[in-house]
Amino acid sequence: MTETSVPNARGDQFVDFLTRVAASKDRAAFASLFDHFAPRVKSFMMRKGSNPEQAEDLVQETMIAVWSKAAMFSTEKGSVSTWIFTIARNLRIDKLRRERSQLYTDLEDFDAPDLSTGAEEALGRSQEDNQVSLALAQIPAEQRDLLILSFVEDVPQSEIALRLGIPLGTVKSRMRLGYQRLRKLLETMN
Amino acid sequence: MNISHHLDDATLLAFAAGTVGEAHGILVASHLAMCPTCRNALRKAEGLGGGILESQAGQAVSDVCRAATLASLDAVIAPKETYKPKSDLPLALARIMGDVNLADIHWHKRAPGVSVFDVPLSKGSKTKLKLVKLGKGRTMPEHGHGGEELTLILKGSYHDKMGRFSPGDVADLDAEIEHQPIVDSDEDCICVIAFETRAIYKTILAKLVQPFVGI
Ligand SMILES: [Zn+2]
Repeated sequence: MTETSVPNARGDQFVDFLTRVAASKDRAAFASLFDHFAPRVKSFMMRKGSNPEQAEDLVQETMIAVWSKAAMFSTEKGSVSTWIFTIARNLRIDKLRRERSQLYTDLEDFDAPDLSTGAEEALGRSQEDNQVSLALAQIPAEQRDLLILSFVEDVPQSEIALRLGIPLGTVKSRMRLGYQRLRKLLETMN
Repeated sequence: MNISHHLDDATLLAFAAGTVGEAHGILVASHLAMCPTCRNALRKAEGLGGGILESQAGQAVSDVCRAATLASLDAVIAPKETYKPKSDLPLALARIMGDVNLADIHWHKRAPGVSVFDVPLSKGSKTKLKLVKLGKGRTMPEHGHGGEELTLILKGSYHDKMGRFSPGDVADLDAEIEHQPIVDSDEDCICVIAFETRAIYKTILAKLVQPFVGI
C-alpha cells in the first residue's frame, strides 16, 4: 500500500471482526463474518463440483474452523479472505482425500513472511481483495481462463493441457504471464 | 541453507489452488519448509485465491446451515497439536515415511551407483514419489519429461545445463526441457522426484526414464 492509497474499509472491518472473535468469542462479529463469507464459500465449493448439501457442509466446517482458529490469524499472512480461502481449500482437500491438507497446515508453523512492505507486492493484503476481480478482467482471456480453471474449478495443470490440447509448458507459461500481469495491475491500482 | 533453484510460479499457483498431485504436493511442501523465499511467494499466490473467493457472487446459504453453525460453536474443540517427527527428512516426507532417517532408508539397487526407494502414496494416486541415490560422477541418461516432474535435492549435489543443484534446490522444469545431470559431490547425491503416471505419459516415461530410475 502506498501512502496515498485509500484503505479498503471492508477488509479492515473483517480483520476487526476476526480479532473480536479471537479475543472474546464475539458471536455477533462471527455472525457478520458468516453472512459475508458463507455464501462465497458455498458458491466456491459448488463451482468445484460439490452439490448444494455438500457445499453447505463445507461452509459449516469452514466457518467453525474460522471460529476455533481465529487467534491464529495474522494480518502479516494476508487478508481475511485469503485466510478463509486457505481453510476452505484445506477442508475440501481432506474431503477428496486427494492429497493431504496437513502439507498446508504444517507450513502455518513457520514465521509469517512480511507482506507489509514493498508497493510492488500488493497481492494478498487485505485492501486488495476487491481489486483482484477488476484486475482479472483486464488480463488476456486465455490467461484469465487458466487461473480461473485452476483456482475456481480445481483443474490440475496437466489436465488443462489435455483438455485444451496444448502442451503443458504452454499452460504453465500462460499462467505465469497472467499472474505477472495481474500483479502489475494491482500495483498500478494502488 | 543456500537455495538457488526455486519453485516456478506455475507450481506455486497450483499448490496454492490445491490442484497439485499427491507426490508433487509432498515435494513442494518439503521445499517450502526449507525456503522462506518460496513461502513468501506462496502467500501471494494464495492471495489470488482470496481475491477470487471475495469476488464470487455468493450462493444463498440456508437458515438451517447458519443456525447449525452458530449452535455448534460452543462445542468446538481447540485445534490439535502439530506432529514433530524424529527424522532428518523434511516434515512432509517424514509424515508418510515415519521416523526414518536418510541413512536408514532401505534402498533398492537398480544399477551400479543408482538406488531407489518408492515412497508409499495413497491407493489410486496418479503420481509417484521416488527417492533416488546416485554415486559420484554418475551421469543420468538424457531424458525428456512427460507431465509434471519435480526434483528436490536432499543431500550431495549435481550439475546440468540448468546449473548446480545442492540440498534444498528444486528442479522445476517445463516438460520440453531436456537435461543431463551429473553428480559432482564426493558423497552420494540423494534427491526426491515427483512425477505423473497418467496413461498418456506412461510410454514417454517408460521409454525415457527407465534407464534412469528403473520405473
Ligand atoms: Zn524456494
